[in-house]
Amino acid sequence: MALDIDQLTVRQAVVGLRTGAYSSVALTQAMLEAIATRNPAVNAFVWLDEADAMRQAEAADRARQAGQQGVLLGVPLAVKDVLNVDGHPCSCGSKILRGYTALYDATAIARLRAAGALLVGRTNMDEFAMGSTTENSAFGPTRNPVALDHVAGGSSGGSAAAVAGGMALAALGTDTGGSIRQPASFCGCVGLKPSYGRISRYGLVAYASSLDQIGPITRTVADAALLLGVMAGRDALDATTLDQPVPDYNAALTGDLRGLRLGLPREYFVDGMDPEVAVAVRAATARCRELGAQIVEVSLPHTRYAVATYYILAAAEASANLARFDGVRYGFRATGEGAPIDMYKQTRAQGFGCEVQRRIILGTYVLSSGYYDAYYLRAQKVRTLIRRDFDAAFAQCDALLTPVAPTPAYRMGETMDDPLHMYLGDIFTVTANLAGVCGLSVPCGRTAGGLPIGLQVLGPAFGEERVLRVGHAYEQSRQGEAL
Amino acid sequence: MNYLPSVGLEVHVQLKTNTKMFCGCTTAYGAPPNTQVCPVCLGYPGAMPVMNVAAIRLTVLSGLMLGCRIGAHSKFDRKSYFYPDMPKNYQITQYDQPLCLGGGLVIELGGQTKLIRLTRIHLEEDVGKSTHYAGCSGVDFNRAGVPLMEIVTEPDISSADEAVAFLLALKQTLLYAGVSECNLEEGNLRCDVNISVRPEGTGKLGTKAEIKNMNTFKGVQAALKYEVARQIRCVAGGGRVVQETLRWDPDLGETFSMRSKEDAHDYRYFPEPDLLPVVLADAQIEAWRATLPERPAERRARFMHVYGLPAYDAGVLTAERGVADFFEATARLCGNGKAASNWIMTDVMRLLGESGRSVTQCALTPEVLAELILLVERRTINLPTAKGLLPELFEQAGRPAELVATRGLGQVGGEDEIGRLVEQALAANPRVVQDFLAGKQAAAQALVGQVMKLSRGKADPQMAGRLVAERLAARQGGAAVS
Amino acid sequence: MGVSCEWLPNHGYRREGVDLANTTADIRVAYVANLARLELDEASCALFQRQLETVVEYVRQIGELNLDGIEPTSHGQPVYNVFRADEVRPGLSHDRVLANAPAKMGEEFKVPRIVE
Repeated sequence: MALDIDQLTVRQAVVGLRTGAYSSVALTQAMLEAIATRNPAVNAFVWLDEADAMRQAEAADRARQAGQQGVLLGVPLAVKDVLNVDGHPCSCGSKILRGYTALYDATAIARLRAAGALLVGRTNMDEFAMGSTTENSAFGPTRNPVALDHVAGGSSGGSAAAVAGGMALAALGTDTGGSIRQPASFCGCVGLKPSYGRISRYGLVAYASSLDQIGPITRTVADAALLLGVMAGRDALDATTLDQPVPDYNAALTGDLRGLRLGLPREYFVDGMDPEVAVAVRAATARCRELGAQIVEVSLPHTRYAVATYYILAAAEASANLARFDGVRYGFRATGEGAPIDMYKQTRAQGFGCEVQRRIILGTYVLSSGYYDAYYLRAQKVRTLIRRDFDAAFAQCDALLTPVAPTPAYRMGETMDDPLHMYLGDIFTVTANLAGVCGLSVPCGRTAGGLPIGLQVLGPAFGEERVLRVGHAYEQSRQGEAL
Repeated sequence: MNYLPSVGLEVHVQLKTNTKMFCGCTTAYGAPPNTQVCPVCLGYPGAMPVMNVAAIRLTVLSGLMLGCRIGAHSKFDRKSYFYPDMPKNYQITQYDQPLCLGGGLVIELGGQTKLIRLTRIHLEEDVGKSTHYAGCSGVDFNRAGVPLMEIVTEPDISSADEAVAFLLALKQTLLYAGVSECNLEEGNLRCDVNISVRPEGTGKLGTKAEIKNMNTFKGVQAALKYEVARQIRCVAGGGRVVQETLRWDPDLGETFSMRSKEDAHDYRYFPEPDLLPVVLADAQIEAWRATLPERPAERRARFMHVYGLPAYDAGVLTAERGVADFFEATARLCGNGKAASNWIMTDVMRLLGESGRSVTQCALTPEVLAELILLVERRTINLPTAKGLLPELFEQAGRPAELVATRGLGQVGGEDEIGRLVEQALAANPRVVQDFLAGKQAAAQALVGQVMKLSRGKADPQMAGRLVAERLAARQGGAAVS
Repeated sequence: MGVSCEWLPNHGYRREGVDLANTTADIRVAYVANLARLELDEASCALFQRQLETVVEYVRQIGELNLDGIEPTSHGQPVYNVFRADEVRPGLSHDRVLANAPAKMGEEFKVPRIVE
């Protein structure tokens, strides 16, 4: 009987591979078959080299026979199209990187490889991670596998859809303003955005360098803990990683919440929020109380400025980060004659999609002569206030419980013509990136229409153990229920 | 009306590091194009910079040599502009919190000294190199990311000669500090020149023009002379100087406006988010300071004072740190600064000049030279013998005392022996003796030469001279008596 | 004689800023797009102008906060002095680097002729 990977978790696969229940070749074969069957409707993967995947699987099986160990030996993982994997394309959902082959491994990728994982395929995303729907991709939109007329969320929509749609046990995403947590929430999977500096960004194609983080999208909190443990830690190639010890995250999964104080930030339960989302998150809060947590109300008073702050900082950093895409050294070049400036302008106009161009223009504007103090510097100061909000909140509680997004997944096309509307959907997720803290998205129910809803657990910087413990205990308490 | 030029320089100095500013690629010069590149210096998607600690240290050392304050909190910024040789289309540089602030350098010109104040020194990365062909250009990124220190002066310079004097003094200081090879051919030292002119008696500076990327001192001098004259002509004729970026054409001897830089004024600086600030502890700065050499001007003054050298000699000996070190070691070993100075300023420097080598590249060491000086001083050998040995010792290692012993070059010693040789010489050259006795003083010298010849060059020429004089005087006296 | 230090190379390392409270959302898309090297046709320019005016109007709300004495935060975590030792590491293979190039000229990246 063919191996069924629909519900298979990474931990189960690790056991299955170790005990010889199946080989990495069989597991990878099952994954490739699932992709072949299901991807056409969902468009989660934008690139796949089956022969390369099978070669990696065969090598893993040989390594096991040779007595080699590895936390993830033989486990295939899907990779967001924004992380460099040596020899694979890395398009960032953009035409401008057409023809580019990565010539090195991102540090997170190298660490997964060293642990024995296979890196299979490239998952779809909003171009350069700019978007919340995975509709802004040069490879076409990704659909939500739970409800095909809805978006998968974004920007890591392809990764979330691959995991939720039975095409990958787990996938890597990146989160600059919610891009892991929100699609995980829309698709009904677990998504972890680690604290800034926890996982190396080296090899992650930068959108907003001071906000970006890599993280796992998985089927269980335990899997997220496992993958985080492999990828975390100081990296000499990323000066912004911190030299903090990497704890045993699995040990944090105690299954109970006794002695924990969980805060509900007043500002995250606002009018205009989808009532079904509010009900589901309130119910999840009640469940956490039953599990032994004390619930307290806290305040993050500067939350209302977070989206504005985020868009100024992210757009500014992006305008510089994306300047390198000029058609000189790699990727797409418009066949423009004339001077270099003409080649640049045509290459970039034809290579970047609308949303990317909008953000580059916004970012260039806020940094341009005379405006720096008014926008960028001010936004950095507001960032300080937002960070202080979190410091004060975490002085009163161990972690925060909030919705991931004000609404469940949008219908396809709903936000396309109104960028501001889409930006405002990021209100509950951007704060964690601005403050550098960690956040976890866990499924906490569905709407009457069957759309997944996510609970966000926010913890202090380098407080991943806490958010994983909370998420895990909650998840365990709802085992068997359809989430 | 009289016009005064105000000139400021921005000098870019390539630091002496093994690797680039933000990645582990080698900085070695002259490799084939695009062979010393990596994801970081090629601006590949996802690559990130990490600061080279050696570049930070060398910049701080330069700052300490030049009397700068070291910034308490320094950071890097992105400066955005598009250019094909810029891998990321932004340059990582330092905008408002550079590593070094203030400072200055004293120049000497026509016997006058003048302080040229520095505004700051900051650190940044170099760009690639483009080559222009018929219908296109080609870019080599080997140089991209090499650490450059930018030294910015106040507009204190008021002539082309002062600018060159400043550059020479700066080069000397940087070579002393060992922070850069300062090799002009390899582009280690390049500068942008800012020029404005104003009527004498006014305090406000005129509109400046900037000449970009000069890489020879001669070029700076010629371009400055041209540009100052051009601006004065312009202003005196009732015109206005346009603020613009210029290029110097050394063949035509004129400056030209660079149109490509026209819209490059909006650089959109913001703090580099991939790098963390530099906050140097005083202990760290002091530890680095302890490794600094004496400044050239201080060393020159000390040479005059300690070794009793004339100003000119001290200046020649301290022009290069290697020569000054060589002199000082030699002087200490032989205990005779004057002799060490004479030997180095004449014979050693001639050999260096002829061979095109530096003092560290030849076989001659201070130990060998000091030994040679002592052999002469102790009259073991005479000066001509010593000078004859020098070229050999310059080429290959050897001990002067051993050479003297094995080759029997020692001076013919006592008065008796030389006295006999003098008698021989007088006897063999009666006509010369006659000439002397007839009043031809120079004839004595010829007789000394004969004595030296008879000794195969090993006699002490002084003693030979004295004895010849004594014997001749005796004959003169004898003649008078008879 | 004292020379005023208004005169500094390039900029003066000082910024002259606008006060957010006293200005309007004055983004000029055509100017900014040129700085960012994006060729926009008139239709896109007008569309972006309209959309970004709305966005700029929205982000300007941070102008209402009193931020006197607040230090800016530029990183997720406040850390200093992260350095690398000056040791050579192997770079990329020349052939692979040039294989990624959209156009090459011998061993170099080929670009339209640069006019100075």
